[in-house]
Amino acid sequence: MTEAVQVEGAPPPVEEGTTGMSNTVEAHAPSTRSAAAPTKVRAENVDVFYADKQALFGVSLGVPENQVTSLIGPSGCGKSTFLRCINRMNDTIPICRVTGNIEINEQDIYASEIDVVQLRARIGMVFQKPNPFPKSIYENVAYGPRIHGMAHGKADLDELVEQSLQRAGLWNEVKDRLGEPGTGLSGGQQQRLCIARAIAVNPDVILMDEPCSALDPIATARIEELMDELRQNYTIMIVTHSMQQAARVSQQTAFFHLGYLVESGATETIFTNPEDERTQDYITGRFG
Amino acid sequence: MNSLLLIVALLAVSALAYHYGRRKAFAAGSVGRLHSLPSYHGAYVALWCGLPAILVIAVWLMFQNSLVEGMVLAGLAGHVADLSEGQISLLLSDIRNLAAGDITSRAPDPTVLAAAERYGNLQRLGFVLMAGATFVLAVGGLYLGQRAIKPALRARPRVEHVLRWILLIASIVAILTTIGIVLSLLFESIRFFGQVSPIEFLFGLNWSPQTALRADQIGGSGAFGAVPIFAGTLLITVIAMIVAVPIGLMAAIYMAEYASPTTRSIVKPLLEILAGIPTVVYGFFAALTIGPLFRGVGESIGLPVASESALAAGLVMGVMIIPFVSSLSDDVINAVPQSLRDGSYALGATQSETIRQVILPASLHGIVGAILLAVSRAIGETMIVVMAAGLSANLTANPLEAVTTVTVQIVTLLVGDQEFDSAKTLAAFALGLVLFLVTLALNVVALRVVRKYREEYD
Amino acid sequence: MTDFPADRSITRKPDFSDAHLRRRYRAEARFRMYGIAAIFAALAMLAVLLGSIVSTGSSAFTQTEMALDIHLDAALIDPDGTRDPAILAKANYRKIVRDAMRAQFPDVSGRRNQRSLFKIISSGSDFDLRQFVEANTELIGTTQTIWFKTSADIDQLAKGAIPRDVPEGDRRVKDAQIGWFDTLDEDGRIRRSFNTTFFTSGDSREPEQAGVWGAVVGTALTLAVTLVLSFPIGVMAAVYLEEFAPKNRWTDLIEVNINNLAAVPSIVFGLLGLAVFLNFFGLPRSAPLVGGLVLALMTLPTVIIAGRAALQSVPRSIREAALGVGASPLQTVSHHVLPLAMPGILTGTIIGMARALGETAPLLMIGMVAFIVDIPRGFTDAATVLPVQVFLWADAPERAFVERTSAAIIVLLAFLIIMNLAAVLLRRKFERRW
Repeated sequence: MTEAVQVEGAPPPVEEGTTGMSNTVEAHAPSTRSAAAPTKVRAENVDVFYADKQALFGVSLGVPENQVTSLIGPSGCGKSTFLRCINRMNDTIPICRVTGNIEINEQDIYASEIDVVQLRARIGMVFQKPNPFPKSIYENVAYGPRIHGMAHGKADLDELVEQSLQRAGLWNEVKDRLGEPGTGLSGGQQQRLCIARAIAVNPDVILMDEPCSALDPIATARIEELMDELRQNYTIMIVTHSMQQAARVSQQTAFFHLGYLVESGATETIFTNPEDERTQDYITGRFG
Repeated sequence: MNSLLLIVALLAVSALAYHYGRRKAFAAGSVGRLHSLPSYHGAYVALWCGLPAILVIAVWLMFQNSLVEGMVLAGLAGHVADLSEGQISLLLSDIRNLAAGDITSRAPDPTVLAAAERYGNLQRLGFVLMAGATFVLAVGGLYLGQRAIKPALRARPRVEHVLRWILLIASIVAILTTIGIVLSLLFESIRFFGQVSPIEFLFGLNWSPQTALRADQIGGSGAFGAVPIFAGTLLITVIAMIVAVPIGLMAAIYMAEYASPTTRSIVKPLLEILAGIPTVVYGFFAALTIGPLFRGVGESIGLPVASESALAAGLVMGVMIIPFVSSLSDDVINAVPQSLRDGSYALGATQSETIRQVILPASLHGIVGAILLAVSRAIGETMIVVMAAGLSANLTANPLEAVTTVTVQIVTLLVGDQEFDSAKTLAAFALGLVLFLVTLALNVVALRVVRKYREEYD
Repeated sequence: MTDFPADRSITRKPDFSDAHLRRRYRAEARFRMYGIAAIFAALAMLAVLLGSIVSTGSSAFTQTEMALDIHLDAALIDPDGTRDPAILAKANYRKIVRDAMRAQFPDVSGRRNQRSLFKIISSGSDFDLRQFVEANTELIGTTQTIWFKTSADIDQLAKGAIPRDVPEGDRRVKDAQIGWFDTLDEDGRIRRSFNTTFFTSGDSREPEQAGVWGAVVGTALTLAVTLVLSFPIGVMAAVYLEEFAPKNRWTDLIEVNINNLAAVPSIVFGLLGLAVFLNFFGLPRSAPLVGGLVLALMTLPTVIIAGRAALQSVPRSIREAALGVGASPLQTVSHHVLPLAMPGILTGTIIGMARALGETAPLLMIGMVAFIVDIPRGFTDAATVLPVQVFLWADAPERAFVERTSAAIIVLLAFLIIMNLAAVLLRRKFERRW
């Protein structure tokens, strides 16, 4: 675990790679990015095994920076598994084994010197079912900054919590009851609280695993709106079951089927003019 | 022993009745024409034969003794009039022993001998009457039951109806036990509080029940203040908890969050062994090994440690409770949903940060419930303190001194004593009542807290 | 919302500094260590406990014996040569043993010295000799070399539990006795043999004559009563509550009541037994019948709770299938559900019985704590049980009883291990996942 230090002292190009963070001028540019945006996450030839069963077969995908990339496909196609490879959440499952190469900012995240704790601080994740901690709203958001030593003093932390809740679009609804338990909020609010919790650590990438599947349409619309705002500062990957949602929120789409990445590209192209027949069949509703 | 034989005989007759009923049902018609299977006809007859008789036996056995004793005492009316309740019970036990052919505690005088003979005769007469009644009922029931057998007899529903009632009665036994506990404790405690005021008992600072043995001091003042006992119980319980809670909780956390399946499969049964060791063994260990060890260590560093120190008893009791705390906490921690762990790990928390800041707060209710149950168990634990804690009621908070507990006092007050009217023996029941109420309250609260916790994550 | 105000959060990054991370990982390692230390502490206690019991107890399974040349004097044993058992039983065996002792050590004179000499042989030797003679009447009139148990103190001396190097006044064995023992040892008249007495006798005031058999029989009788009562009643109650009881406040009350009863301190059950069974119904004190009754009431909640859990684990589909072919609810339960739940119920019952086997406190209340020499022969005879025997011996001051207490604990633990193993095997064999 001491190798973690080396990441800290990683060469400058890596630091520069996090354009959205270091170059604020660019990050605040309101324009939609072109397809030529730099690649933030690059997966090459990723295989995943659960014990003897192979769940992913040679997946290779590039995810461009400051865009929303959606992963679609029928149930059990491996899209969630792939998502969980990117922040190494699969490490928590003892029987799971990942091979291949995944790079973030051109750095191999499965390299031996990578510290998982640091990695996960740089990659936020929002889960299918809202999972606020059984603590107050304030404490939920403050948890990440606290453990990562991001705030100095109470006022600093207050500011950080407020900003995170504002960016998650929740501040106005909860600012008078920050001390109440996060579990008391409605489903949609809980999910936005979880998003606030994730962005409080200021990650490079946010992973969302079907974040709206447990929500009603109004709450879903609210989250989708939020995603569009967040992508100015973050690279977002979202797993979704709904093709409409993928079409609405994402710039890039990747279609998974039976553990294979069938096709990926600009969302428009995938939905209007797919190359592969299976993609065609799926998006026209012939299966899945 | 004779009654046991009678019951066996009755069961045998009922078995015969079953076969007879079945045979008769077969004879009454082919199985297709019968409303119920022949075996139900058999059971129907057997129930008629056995059930009333066994009820009579039960009631008879319950009341025969007190009835016979009452009659014997009535015969001794002149002799008994000026005796106290305790002396009467002593006399009765003499009579019983004489009738059984055993030696008595004092030389029997002729009246007592005659009474013993009368007692024996009445007992024998009672048994003969009971056997007779049983026989009449069994045969009568068999006759009535078999007469009812015909193809249309709804034997199955009737048998099932009776069986359901039997099941219901079985489930009421537990309620009866509770009622029995409450009534017996209350009854004797009320008699105790007739002699010693409850205020005195609950708030008095001086406990020396032995003085009550002197006839002129029965119910005397100042001897039954139970505060030192409660304080001693509390002290030992606190020591036990200081040992058991951190160790049990940390062990549970390690097992639930860190340990590999192999480690778990080895360590868990080992901890369960700790839970399965009889408390008398812990008591022996505390009295023989830990107590002297502490005293020796104390001596070598110049500290006065009593050989029956609260520390030794509390420590060993804590060890006994470790597996209790750890297995309950293990359940509680495992009930925390994985999604909370995932949420924390995804933020880049280390395992210990996740445990301390997410899992433990999330399982707080359950852990509190587990600790309350453990406290209740520590308060009610008897053998360790009987063997390793002191007898004298010192009011002290020094864990190196000897203190006594509620359970120790109950045992010392009751073991080897046959009188049932002195404040001394009755005090044991008053202590028992306090013990029962306190542990009951703890259990009710703990079970409610735990149940609420379960509902949070279900 | 699209335009963020001067927003520092966007530039703020987690503290990935060396020192911060190192601090966090140190905390992690520390926390982990606490866990390992806790488990280690618990297991160390277990090891110390079992280790101390086994190390003090194992020596009780052997007994030191000494050989004496006994002249089975016909004039003393059977003057008329009738071989009548009544006469054989009455002979003065004590004198015969003492004569042999005197013959062995002819130069010991004076009453005090001789009394000291007789103390190295078990005071139960005359009884042992009587049994020997009754079994071998043809040997009367001959001289035989017979092995007798030494007294407990000499036994302890031989086992090294009584040190020789402390001043004479501080030990139970006098210098002269040590001398006689050593003389016997040099003559090859001392041996160590398996202590059968320990497994075949009842209690005794003399450690070398004391055994656990009486307590084992008492335990068996008591547990038989417990099993016969708690198992059927527990199963019936579980079946009623799980399968037939309407869900209303009454059954809620029963359920809460059972859960609470399971956590009532065991000594309270003892008080119940004392007040109800002994004082109200006038049942005999110290009897396995009453002990079994009390333990049955105590075990009942365990059996009911285990039974209900086992019944719950049988899936609904089995019940529906049986009801669907026209079985009555009672038939459904007795033909299908109960047999499937039986392994679980039996496992729970065995665990409950194991708890009852180790229980001491409630039995103290109903007088099973008496000193009982005879082996109990029925449910109403005075008896004691293994854990209570442990308690009684633990109170005895002699060093030899410490050893026997530990040995009795070993026997008790052996029974517990057997029962728990049976439960584990049962669970393994019949475990079924639906």
